[in-house]
Amino acid sequence: MSWTWFHRLASPPCAYALASRLTPWFAWPAGVLIAGGLYGGLVLAPPDYQQGDDFRIIYVHAPSAWMSLMVYTTMAVSAAVGLIWRMKVAHAVAASCAAIGASFTVAALVTGSLWGRKMWGTYWEWDPRLTSELILLFLYLGYMGLRAAIDEVQRADRASALLAVVGIVNVPIIHYSVTWWNSLHQAPSVMKLGRPEIPAAMLVPLLMMLAGFTLLFAALLLVRMRAEILNRERTANWIREALIG
Amino acid sequence: MKSSALSAARLVLVRDLKLAFRKRGQLVQPLAFFAIVTTLFPLAISPELARLREIAAGVLWVAALLASLLALEFLFRDDAHDGTLEQYALSGQSLTWLVFAKTAAHWLLTGVPLAVMAPLAGLALGVPYAALTGIMAPIALGTLALSLIGAIGAALTLGIRRSGVLLTLLTLPLAMPVLIFGAQATDLAVRGASYAAPLYLLAAMVVLGVTLAPLATAAAVRISLE
Repeated sequence: MSWTWFHRLASPPCAYALASRLTPWFAWPAGVLIAGGLYGGLVLAPPDYQQGDDFRIIYVHAPSAWMSLMVYTTMAVSAAVGLIWRMKVAHAVAASCAAIGASFTVAALVTGSLWGRKMWGTYWEWDPRLTSELILLFLYLGYMGLRAAIDEVQRADRASALLAVVGIVNVPIIHYSVTWWNSLHQAPSVMKLGRPEIPAAMLVPLLMMLAGFTLLFAALLLVRMRAEILNRERTANWIREALIG
Repeated sequence: MKSSALSAARLVLVRDLKLAFRKRGQLVQPLAFFAIVTTLFPLAISPELARLREIAAGVLWVAALLASLLALEFLFRDDAHDGTLEQYALSGQSLTWLVFAKTAAHWLLTGVPLAVMAPLAGLALGVPYAALTGIMAPIALGTLALSLIGAIGAALTLGIRRSGVLLTLLTLPLAMPVLIFGAQATDLAVRGASYAAPLYLLAAMVVLGVTLAPLATAAAVRISLE
């Protein structure tokens, strides 16, 4: 098994070229899946027997919540790769993840709170899922704050990478403590997601949205990563060739 | 090698304690902060002891959390400033042990005094006498966990000017589990129930923190010194 592909990825020009080539391969399927999922979810799927049409916000809420965690995991893994193998590109990936992940987290919080307005009659309920989502947003903000506070790129990379790794160790602990905290303090909330007997007409669009959001993240990540690499390598010669040639 | 790492750690611990007792002003600051914050709540909410007793656990814990966070800024700052920390990193001794010793000293100097003082504040908030150990024990354990977690943030923000707010932003989300179980233990104690379960969970977090946090802190110190 040869590892040359891995080492090639570590070189910014290679990663930049590969990212340029791959972006449409993620962006187009993402667009198709999201459009199809939205049509299926908002038009074709039958209304819920309890929540009526209100449940349809799930088609944005659940994928955003799922992405908020997945982006954090991606960020932490690439941060660890950058920390261990001192790969500049991995650090660029981690740095590009933060803002995307924070946006998904905000989307999950906003849609969750709008949904809560209909279901619980209040915009904010200290529901364990919403609370751990909020803490996750603080983790993203801390990461971005630390990056912004350190001027030197390499030090910012390594410091924020360590923070991301420490954070990912903590995410499950935070999640479970928030769940226990809430179950001990108040009755379980009315909302129960993930009922196994969810009909296919509702489930299929949801899965399409999940896949679409994942691909959308991949496409956004590639674009942001290219910008990040350009910014970091702005004095390098290959940039002139890549942009003009 | 192991024993020399331990004895080096012991020397660092003794040094930090000695230095702290020669600058008593810094020692008193977190305690005064804790006292002031707990005084704010009756003024802001209500002087009725029955109402204060309801929120006593939360008030004590948030105040203890903020007070120990306030003191974190000083954990590495002076040593980084005069180059001591750099010498630690270059000394050939395990930096993990040395930062662990510094963190332990920090806990002995802020966490333990806070745990001793918290029952007094608890009495002022209408907590019954029987619940005082239920304040002291969780706060003693919890502040240890906070010192361990916070040390990572303090090390990461070393070279940054006006790092106070950033340190708070980095540390507080990571410290939430400690707050949750700590406040729960104290709350159960105030209500006269058994608080063993959350206390054990707190102890588990301390064990996890003792095993992992000094490694991360040492790595963070090295990054900041680069």
